[in-house]
Amino acid sequence: MEPVLKVEGLKKYFPVRSLMRTVAWVKAVDGVSFEIMPGETFGLVGESGCGKTTTGRTILRLIEPTEGKITFKGRDVTQLKGKDLLWFRRHAQIMFQDPYSSLDPRQTVFNIIMEPVKFHGIEVDDPEEFVIKLLESVGLNEMHLYRYPHEFSGGQRQRIALAKILALQPDFVVLDEPTSALDVSVQANILNTLKELQRKHGFSYLFISHDLGVVKYMSHRMGVMYLGKLVEVGPAEKIFENPLHPYTQMLLSAIPIPDPELARQKKRMEVKGEPPSPINPPEGCHFHPRCPLAKAGLCDKKEPPLVEVEKDHYVACWLYAKA
Amino acid sequence: MPEPIVEIKNLSVYFYTYAGVVKAIEDVSFDIYRGETLALVGETGCGKSVTSRAITKLIESPGKIVNGQVIYHRDDGSTVDLLKLSDEGIREIRGNEIAYIFQDPHSSLDPLYTVGYQIGEAMEVHGKVRNIKEGIAKAVNILREVLIPDPENRVKNYPHELSGGMKQRVVIGIGVANNPRLLIADEPTTALDVTVQAQILELLNELKRKYNATVLLITHNLGVVAETAQRVVVMYAGKVVEIGTVDQIFHNPLHPYTTALLRAVPNPLGKIEKLESIPGTVPNLITPPKGCRFHPRCPFAEERCRKEVPKLKEIEPGHFVACHRY
Repeated sequence: MEPVLKVEGLKKYFPVRSLMRTVAWVKAVDGVSFEIMPGETFGLVGESGCGKTTTGRTILRLIEPTEGKITFKGRDVTQLKGKDLLWFRRHAQIMFQDPYSSLDPRQTVFNIIMEPVKFHGIEVDDPEEFVIKLLESVGLNEMHLYRYPHEFSGGQRQRIALAKILALQPDFVVLDEPTSALDVSVQANILNTLKELQRKHGFSYLFISHDLGVVKYMSHRMGVMYLGKLVEVGPAEKIFENPLHPYTQMLLSAIPIPDPELARQKKRMEVKGEPPSPINPPEGCHFHPRCPLAKAGLCDKKEPPLVEVEKDHYVACWLYAKA
Repeated sequence: MPEPIVEIKNLSVYFYTYAGVVKAIEDVSFDIYRGETLALVGETGCGKSVTSRAITKLIESPGKIVNGQVIYHRDDGSTVDLLKLSDEGIREIRGNEIAYIFQDPHSSLDPLYTVGYQIGEAMEVHGKVRNIKEGIAKAVNILREVLIPDPENRVKNYPHELSGGMKQRVVIGIGVANNPRLLIADEPTTALDVTVQAQILELLNELKRKYNATVLLITHNLGVVAETAQRVVVMYAGKVVEIGTVDQIFHNPLHPYTTALLRAVPNPLGKIEKLESIPGTVPNLITPPKGCRFHPRCPFAEERCRKEVPKLKEIEPGHFVACHRY
């Protein structure tokens, strides 16, 4: 089977300017590669500033990549122009984190959902019925048709955003922290709706989140990001059962477990330091200053390659690669 | 028998807004025991922050504490109702014997003063040091205690020179500067990354042991509760629905809301088949549902739940629930 999306060596550097001159580069995304199969959810986790959101937006060309190749359904996205770009814009969608700023406050739900449909010239016999059907499939109903965003709760707004995406029948959706602004009871609801829609329509998702529990629940495969690089990629089950990279291990040991008994038994690892600035990342492996297993002379000098340690499970760490 | 340090009795706080009277919390009662970490959990708008602020009358207009008592047990054994104290009287206790740590370290610190000055000031206003100079000198030790590297130089830094995690350490430093007996931490790690969160929680635990303090931890994160608290108070729509030890709450939840909440959280180490969501949304507190406030979302609701407000009942030792099923 062909992947829906293939990302190879994606880079995005932002210039840091001072007195009209570029004095440094923020390497937000620095050589990221992965693929997403049809109907698959690929989770991307990491702490703030690791580049997960920039990755999502660069893939959709909401931000132009500095370097790298993005292949969507066999076509190179970075080269698309005009009509072809429009085709891409329709079939690859995004759902944002903040439901309060992602909907136009002056438009009714009907208009919000119909705008992209009209823009892409999709023929609809009865727009009202079309929108009602969409609303119903995300758990809203016709009563909501002519209301404005301020009349809805955060969870309901995310549902409106979902209906809008659904209207275009995309193949691939970037979900950028879609439930971070919501309460847990509402979060569960949205996550289940996302899963159901995936089953029904065969969507592929890139699921970006800092919440490991949510990523585990949603993803088939996942990648762990640290300072612009993927440090571990593999099936979600395997990464949680057998995390290989010391950063993944630290992350797993740091998340609080909602079960007092498991929490007491949990293997604890000393968590030290804070993520450094991506302007001047540490040399070699970016994680080495915080890594309890760092080898002097190797980890602080040379960058580790991403190697396959067990089937489909890749790690970028000198513990597993030959120098 | 555990001794209470604070007893909250029938506390109600209303906000008088243009849209109507928001009954933010109603008839909230629970005890905080000496030396424990008590977690106050619930979703947005359930009244957990309002409750924690009302303890020292930190409610601003249009809010008003309309009813209730907060009995504070002093070190010498005497008791006082904090809500009856004058503004002067409560200020002597707030920031001193009862200190706060708020969620957002960026807005809890004054950008125009050095962190040393801000810690020193907290000590100076409560007469723990003679002048601000002595306060700043002592701040170095406090920064060392909250594990800030190079405290001699950091004390001269302004908040913008520190990272989010470091700032929260400074805020904690201000909180513990006067050796408080009760530390109220309102979502102290919500604005931080998980690896930093783990360090801050660890630090709070350590300081609590060292100062023999009591901690009231307000959070919406059930993982944080399970890892740090001994007892839990669950709130929903301005009411206390369940109180118990962490094991009672997590392994034998009684209230349908607590049960539902626990099933809605994905556990990264456990097996997750399907998350269960709670139908409906949190009610509007201007016109809250009659009877039990959870009844419109409760799968077990019956006639009685729609009419009668359930009272907190002790089902097993130390485990209270407000539900008509028990």
